[in-house]
Amino acid sequence: MNISVRCFAGCKDIVGQSAITVGVPEGITVGEAFDVLAGEYPGLERYRSSLMLAVNTDYASRDVKLKEGDELACIPPVSGGCDIHADMPMKELTKSRDVYV
Amino acid sequence: MFKITTEAIQPDALHEWLCKPHHGAVVTFAGLVRDHTDSRATARLEYEAFEEMAEKKLREVGDEIRERWQIEDVAMIHRLGVLEIGEISILIAVAAPHRKHVFEACSYAIDRVKQVVPIWKKEVWKDGEAEWVENRL
Repeated sequence: MNISVRCFAGCKDIVGQSAITVGVPEGITVGEAFDVLAGEYPGLERYRSSLMLAVNTDYASRDVKLKEGDELACIPPVSGGCDIHADMPMKELTKSRDVYV
Repeated sequence: MFKITTEAIQPDALHEWLCKPHHGAVVTFAGLVRDHTDSRATARLEYEAFEEMAEKKLREVGDEIRERWQIEDVAMIHRLGVLEIGEISILIAVAAPHRKHVFEACSYAIDRVKQVVPIWKKEVWKDGEAEWVENRL
């Protein structure tokens, strides 16, 4: 099956494009899809532990299974806003509403 | 109002938009482009977003604030593109009938934006090099 992959910031620089279509086996997980991408673009390895992945514009954990036509986004550590609180630890974001509560 | 824009952010317009007759307090936070990071001189910043997701996440942060503090009026605008020194990269404003919680809510908003909203900046140094700002976490 095919999935589309969006790449941003440093990931886009490595892949060389902001959007690509990738053929992957049926039932592949988000984490396995990243492995496929890192196989194709070894530069992505540096993001293995820091990268967040999103499926159809929601953060997704690596065990989520992908379906035909899903859009997977590679999200390097974000740096929007400004630099205050830059020492804040990255927390689990897949259940974003639970964070901070 | 939750918006991603390439146009210059107008703080007065947002302030006026939020100052409704039943409000007694408004707290505004503006993030600015600084002319240095550590001891290195910065020429400008370039912001890029996953726009569809970024607007959605801004709205979600607004929902979190509504739920947590029962504050209805929250606005966040994030600028994209090339920003010069001194320009506003992000503007957040929180308004409520009473001042209690508005400082806390505004502070939460900027922290949360930096965690979950997919926007990146490239720091272009005065010496001509440039790099994506990652992992200053």
